[in-house]
Amino acid sequence: MSIRERPYYAGRMTARPSAFNGAFLRRIAPLLLLTLGGCDWVVLSPAGDVAMQQRDLILIATLLMLLIIIPVIAMTIWFAWRYREKAQAADYDPDWDHSTSLELMIWSAPLLIIIALGAVTWTSTHLLDPYRPIERIDSGRKVEPAARRLQVEVVALDWKWLFIYPELGIATVNELAAPVDQPIEFKITSASLMNSFFVPALAGQIYAMPGMQTVLHAVANKPGNFEGFSANYTGTGFSHMRFRFHAMDQAGFDRWVAQVKASGAKLDRATYVALEQPSEKVPPMYFGGVEPRLFHAALNMCVQPGKRCMDEIMMTDARGGAGKESARDVAGLRHDGTIDVGGFHPVEPGKKGEIAQPAGMTPAAERTPAEQGHQAPGHQQDADGHAGHSGHGGM
Amino acid sequence: MAPHPASENSGIWKLIFGRLDWSALPLHEPIVVGTFAMVALGGLAVFGLITRYRLWGYLWTEWFTTVDHKRIGIMYMILGLVMFVRGFADAVMMRIQQAMAFNGSEGYLNAHHYDQIFTAHGVIMIFFVAMPMITGIMNYIVPLQIGARDVSFPFLNNFSFWMTTSGAVIVMMSLFVGEFARSGWLAYPPLTGIAYSPGVGVDYYIWALQIAGVGTLLSGVNLIATIVKMRAPGMTMMKLPIFVWTSLLANVLIVAAFPVLTAVLALLSLDRYVGTAFFTNDFGGNPMMYVNLIWIWGHPEVYILILPLFGVFSEVVSTFCSKRLFGYSSMVYATVVIAILSYLVWLHHFFTMGSGASVNSFFGITTMVISIPTGAKLFNWLFTMYRGRIRFELPMMWTVAFMLTFTIGGMTGVLLAVPPADFVLHNSLFLIAHFHNVIIGGVLFGMFAAINYWWPKAFGFKLDRTWGVRSFWLWVVGFWFAFMPLYILGLMGVTRRLRVFDDPSLQIWFIIAAFGAFLIACGIACMFIQFGVSIWKRNELRDTTGDPWNGRTLEWSTSSPPPDYNFAFTPVIHDNDAWADMKKRGYQRPTGGFEPIHMPSNTGTGIILAGLATAFGVAMIWYIWWLAGLSFFGLLAVAIGHTFNYKRDFHIPRDVVERTEGERTRLLAAQG
Repeated sequence: MSIRERPYYAGRMTARPSAFNGAFLRRIAPLLLLTLGGCDWVVLSPAGDVAMQQRDLILIATLLMLLIIIPVIAMTIWFAWRYREKAQAADYDPDWDHSTSLELMIWSAPLLIIIALGAVTWTSTHLLDPYRPIERIDSGRKVEPAARRLQVEVVALDWKWLFIYPELGIATVNELAAPVDQPIEFKITSASLMNSFFVPALAGQIYAMPGMQTVLHAVANKPGNFEGFSANYTGTGFSHMRFRFHAMDQAGFDRWVAQVKASGAKLDRATYVALEQPSEKVPPMYFGGVEPRLFHAALNMCVQPGKRCMDEIMMTDARGGAGKESARDVAGLRHDGTIDVGGFHPVEPGKKGEIAQPAGMTPAAERTPAEQGHQAPGHQQDADGHAGHSGHGGM
Repeated sequence: MAPHPASENSGIWKLIFGRLDWSALPLHEPIVVGTFAMVALGGLAVFGLITRYRLWGYLWTEWFTTVDHKRIGIMYMILGLVMFVRGFADAVMMRIQQAMAFNGSEGYLNAHHYDQIFTAHGVIMIFFVAMPMITGIMNYIVPLQIGARDVSFPFLNNFSFWMTTSGAVIVMMSLFVGEFARSGWLAYPPLTGIAYSPGVGVDYYIWALQIAGVGTLLSGVNLIATIVKMRAPGMTMMKLPIFVWTSLLANVLIVAAFPVLTAVLALLSLDRYVGTAFFTNDFGGNPMMYVNLIWIWGHPEVYILILPLFGVFSEVVSTFCSKRLFGYSSMVYATVVIAILSYLVWLHHFFTMGSGASVNSFFGITTMVISIPTGAKLFNWLFTMYRGRIRFELPMMWTVAFMLTFTIGGMTGVLLAVPPADFVLHNSLFLIAHFHNVIIGGVLFGMFAAINYWWPKAFGFKLDRTWGVRSFWLWVVGFWFAFMPLYILGLMGVTRRLRVFDDPSLQIWFIIAAFGAFLIACGIACMFIQFGVSIWKRNELRDTTGDPWNGRTLEWSTSSPPPDYNFAFTPVIHDNDAWADMKKRGYQRPTGGFEPIHMPSNTGTGIILAGLATAFGVAMIWYIWWLAGLSFFGLLAVAIGHTFNYKRDFHIPRDVVERTEGERTRLLAAQG
């Protein structure tokens, strides 16, 4: 089944009223942007409707606040000048310290602004909730109720991004693509550390967290090649944890899918486990096939052979647990691995890593970029030799 | 590649030194080795000079063991300034790295070094610069403003100071022995779990904060007790100087918030040391629990930092406008409201972690609500200036700079409180610009106002104006150069903690920011020159009145520097500008009828306990279990032993008081 056959959206329709007046903003936004400079201000000139609404919200909130900020700044400068000692202002009054009407004003003016801003916040937070399926393609077009959303499953790995297209049966690393004007539903998790999935041109970010799933709904409105990255620091390879997001027309997307499919590589569990090892500056990779429910396994931390999925454990627990005899059965529960650094950490002496790790899995702390075959810059390796950071070869 | 440290240490060596071995010395990092050489030389020079001039005894008896709140306050300020130099050096290194690392260049710092630097910068600036400085100012000024002779628990005060210093020593040690955390200043797990950070860095972080945290918490208890119990007669709560009010609430926040930090770090330690699973990915742990807990401490923390400075601005505005503070009670209520609301906003630090829209809206709106009392405060300062007669001395200049800078920072803060806007600005350089805008524009500018304002009280001479003005302009202009580009970069979608960049068009902004950091460096240099020049010219700048600014609160009623006992007679209060009121009513300073004054004795217990705590922390960091046990029991023994010390107080004899006060009478008479 080709993706093209599905009615994702239907043409031009009247959009539902947005939380704020887009037309007004569209008129003044260029003016504001003009004063700010070029068009690489991606947050202020994004290519997706969600990010665009977020941009509008930034402008609205700023304007609302300037209503009070500008007078305050002006008054500060004016009073500082007017009442400087040299001016010997005639209305000097050392005992004047109270005025009920003035006090009412100084509490109520900010209050009114915050009431307005609070109302905007409440509505916009609900309308732009990343979990809420989007209802409009852009300010002029609504999403057809029957339309289906392009499903993308995102797994943050150290230090690259894995994208699985479950309906298309393909997967990529560090390259994401979607048709323009096509609502997308991202399901996001992480294999190890807390990342944040962020394509500024497309929509706001949401964290990618191990053992947890977050959701982001978005749509791209302009074709282009945009930057995506992790917005939350995750250690050594973090700076290079970047990917490209290609927004293309439907034909271009179909060609891209065909190209990925043409790749002979298949993303099965073994490949995933190898891929999961830390690596830096990973070039885009294509997988023409994906093992079913791989994302489910990644989310539930049970891709490794012998690991028990979190959802199963939770179900067992909900039914009263697995009994006392399960107390020592921890190998299937360990995900991150640990190593004996000499503390009281419960790794049996002489069996370093044995409880922690089944065969084939390196403890997280001992993994190094070099293992993956992607050479880190030379001095990176020097850094790894520093005390406290464990190299992989020395055990 | 070096083998894992644990594998090198075996047998007897491991028993004695834990995981500490030669590889802990960063000999392969030329920058660190150079720094160490400089620090070592500087340290040796200081050590040599102290020895040459035989100052060790003087330092020990007059300073290290002192229980005088004024001297402890000064020591806190020195600690803060020293650590400020370190924290700023980190900032400059980051700015240079980010300005360089373009077009394929990796810059001059590798990830291992750079990641420690931004972590250390944040930790040091918050815990070992801002905290000691506000504690120092509160320590010095609060007892004087309420007409007290010391704080409630003078020994505890000394102990608190040394525990804070112990934390600072541990952080500084990590520069040269081992490494510091590479985790960001709040050390989120799972990155800081043993699985991902097996080294000593996170342990340095944990123990430095735990030990310093004891000091912070105890000084919070101490100052609350002091303000509640030791006010001069007549000083009802609604006659407290605003600075005392804001200090009180900051300390209430400390006492309520710091135990949460202690608890969350203790849980992280259990995860790291004994294999519990509070914040791990596996075994049912949940890192988001840590994020919640640390911000339940972390958000009140920013108000702990800013509230005392709001008090400073209130005092400065009123003094230099020669006018009563506008809207005193409104100011008090605004402070109380801010203190309460600061506990209801923590989630705004992680809107992007997938909370529902209603939860996000709630925390977004509570955050915005804080801007109402804050706005009211700003208006109060504004209307204090209105119909005033403003003397633009240095403290007032810093205050006006604060009002203009902080307003912008407040605005961007409210913007970040709108959850959908935060989705694009979270973790961006816009956020970095925002919090530097409020922390530099609020806390630091306030601290400079306070230093320039109260220096004459502490030392008896004013600070040099010329160098102060130079420092002021370099700081203010440098601040905008350093942080405006970060706002812009944030709007370009650039996020924090990046070490290298792809897009060459960003470089110019980082270069401008680095230039701003250079201006700030000049501003800091001017400030230290200002201190030096002022000490050099102290006789020209001398103030013998004790009241150089025509002040309004009690600290200006006594001599500069105040005598050990602060006030020969406890003043009686009739108005919230007590000293202005006394001056207006023609107050006559008593010149006779003095009595012996009951005072607390100095003790070395505080510094000994803190020394043992340092040994305990280092032992825990390096797994030197025998030393950990020994120092822990040492701590208990010394602490218990101190309870049997009954020689805790003495009386300043009548003739000493008479001589001291007679000298002041003579000086005041010479003044005319």
